Amino acid sequence: MKVLLIGNPNVGKSVIFSRLTGAKVIAANYPGTTVEFAKGLMKFPNIEAEVIDAPGTYSLEPTSKAEEVATNLIDDADLIINVVDATNLERNLYLTLELIRRTNKPLLVVLNMWDETKHKGIEIDKEKLEHSLGVPVATTCALTGEGVKELVQRIDEAKVSSLKDLKDPIWFEIGEVIEKVQKLSHRHHTPLDVLQDLSIKPPFSFIIAAAVVFFSFSIIRFIGEGLINYIFDPFFENFYSPIMMKLSSFFGEGSFLQSTLIGDLIGGEIDYGVSFGLLTTGFYIPVAVVLPYIFSFYFILGLLEDWGYLPRLAILGDRLFHKLGLHGYAIIPMILGLGCNVPGALASRLFEARREKFITATLLAIAVPCMAQTAMIINLLGRFGGQYVLLVFSIIFCLWLTLGRIMNVFIRGQSPEILIEIPPYRMPHLKSILKKLWMRISWFLKEAFPLVLLGILIVNILYFLRIIDFLGGIFSPIITKLWGLPQETVGALVVGFLRKDVAVGMLRPLNLSLRQLITGVTILAIYFPCVATFMVLVKELGIKDMLKSTLIMLFTATLVGFALNNILSFIGMQ
Amino acid sequence: MSSLAQLLPGQSAKVIRIEGGRGLKQRLQNLGIREGAVVKKERGMFAFGPIIVKAGSTQIALGRGMASKVVVELL
Repeated sequence: MKVLLIGNPNVGKSVIFSRLTGAKVIAANYPGTTVEFAKGLMKFPNIEAEVIDAPGTYSLEPTSKAEEVATNLIDDADLIINVVDATNLERNLYLTLELIRRTNKPLLVVLNMWDETKHKGIEIDKEKLEHSLGVPVATTCALTGEGVKELVQRIDEAKVSSLKDLKDPIWFEIGEVIEKVQKLSHRHHTPLDVLQDLSIKPPFSFIIAAAVVFFSFSIIRFIGEGLINYIFDPFFENFYSPIMMKLSSFFGEGSFLQSTLIGDLIGGEIDYGVSFGLLTTGFYIPVAVVLPYIFSFYFILGLLEDWGYLPRLAILGDRLFHKLGLHGYAIIPMILGLGCNVPGALASRLFEARREKFITATLLAIAVPCMAQTAMIINLLGRFGGQYVLLVFSIIFCLWLTLGRIMNVFIRGQSPEILIEIPPYRMPHLKSILKKLWMRISWFLKEAFPLVLLGILIVNILYFLRIIDFLGGIFSPIITKLWGLPQETVGALVVGFLRKDVAVGMLRPLNLSLRQLITGVTILAIYFPCVATFMVLVKELGIKDMLKSTLIMLFTATLVGFALNNILSFIGMQ
Repeated sequence: MSSLAQLLPGQSAKVIRIEGGRGLKQRLQNLGIREGAVVKKERGMFAFGPIIVKAGSTQIALGRGMASKVVVELL
C-alpha cells in the first residue's frame, strides 16, 4: 500500500513523515525545504505501507518543479494523507477540496500545529469539519509527537469523500466550511510577534539582519576553531600520531603499504598536511579540519531554519538579488550551498524560469564555496593570518556580485519578482535541531568521507604513475604562465573534480608562496563544482545549459587566476 | 479603485481583479490573494524591496510589479 503525504508548503509534512516512518528527512520552518520526495516504510499490525513525503504544493496546478513532483505522485498513491496547517485552515482547504473533487482516493485530513491554534485564538470544531468534508480529520502537533499515535490508528478510516457538487469556484465552498467550523478570537501579542514585526520593518530589520549574520559567522568560527584546537588537534597529535608512527615502522619506510597508508614522513614525523597517506591525511582532512566546521555551520543553520529567519533575510536581500537577475528567495540555495553545494543545487527547483535556474546554478558553482572547502581554506591560509582568509572570501563575493550582474545583462529575459509566504517565527526545538544536525553530519561522514579517501588514493596513484607530470606538461602554459603556479598544481585541479577539500589540501605540500596560495585556492573554489554537484546540476539544468555554465566557470577561473597573479605581484606580494 | 502597490500601510482592501496571466493568478491565488478576498497591507516597499500584505492569516511578500497588477477597492 502506498500512502502519500501531501499539503501546502511548510505545514510539517516532513516532520510527520519522520514520525510515521522513522526515516530521516530534513525539516525546517520555511516553504520549500522539501524539493524531492522521500520514501519510508511504516508497519501496521497486518500490513506494511510505503509512505511518501511530497514537496509542498498549494494546489493541483503546479507552478514550479517542486510542486510538479508533488502532483505527479498522486496517481500512484492508494491513500492520501492531506497535512493541513491548522492555523491557516482557510488557505489550506483549497488543496483539500481539490483533492476531494479531482482524485478518487481514500483521504484523511491531518490538522497539524494544533497546539498553536490555542495561542492564536483559533477554535476549530473537528467533528463539524469531518462532517463538512466527508473524510476523517485527525489533529497533531508533529514537533512534539502529540496526536501522531491517534493519526496512525485512524489511517484505515480514510475514505473517498461522499461530498459531491462542490461549489465553483472552490473558495465559495471553503467560505461556507470555514463559517461552520472555525471561530476566531482576539489575542495579545507575544514578544515573538513583536520581534517578528520588527524583523521586516526598516531600519530595525537591517540592524537585526546585520546582527544575525555577524553572530552566526562568529559562532560558527568560535565553535569550529574551538573543536579543532582543543579536541581534534590534540587527539591527532597525542593519540593518533604515535599509533601511525608504529604502523609506519612496522610496514617499513618506503614500502608500498607505508607510502600509501601513512605517506611521506617529514623530518621523521607525520605531517598531516603533507604526508598524504590514506590513514594520515585521509583521516585528518575530513575529521580534524572539515568536520568541526560542518558541525558548527549546520548547528547554526538549523537554528536559523527552524526559527524561521531565512525568509526574512530573503525579503531584505530582494533588491540586491534583483541586480543579479534573481529574487530574494535565491538566498535559500546560496545559504544551503555554503554548507554543501548539492542541496543548494537541488533547491534551484524552487524556481520555475530557466534563466533564474541557470543564474542560480552558475553562481552557486562558481562563487559559493562549500563548508568543506572553506574549512580547508581557513586551515591553509589561516596560518598566514586571518586577513588573507578574508581577502579570498571577499574576492569570491565580488565575483559573485559581478558575475551575477553580467549574466543579468547578457542573458535575455527578466528578473522574476519575489512572491513568498512568510512563515511565523517558531521557538527552535533543541531536539529537532540536534536530530537534523546529526543527519547532516552522518550524511557528510557516509557520503563525503569515502570520497575523501578515494581522492587521497587517486593523488597517490597520479603521482605514482607520473600522470601529474604528464598533465602538468600539457597545461603548463595556463598554470605557470597565466597563473604563476607550479605545474604540479594540475594534480589539485584533477582531484578537485572529486573533492574540493582534498584538492585545496594538495596545495600544502607544494610549498607555495602566499601569492600562489591565494591564487590557487581561489581558482580551486571557482573553476568547477565537485562531481556530486555537477551531476545534480546536469539533471536540473539539462546538459546543454550545464555545458554553457561550465564554459563560464572555466573562462572565469582562467581570467581570475590571471588577474590575481598579476595584481598580487604588482602590489609586491611574493 | 487602486492597486495593491498604491495602498498605504495599515489599509485593508478587497481584491477586485488580477490583471495578469493564468500563472500569476494561480500563484497569487495559492497564497490567498484572489478576487473577493480581503487583504491588508502591512508594509510598503522600502528601498524598492517587496511589499508585505496579509491575506487571511498568511503573511506574504510580493514584488512591486505584481502588487500593481492586483486591483483593489479600499475598505
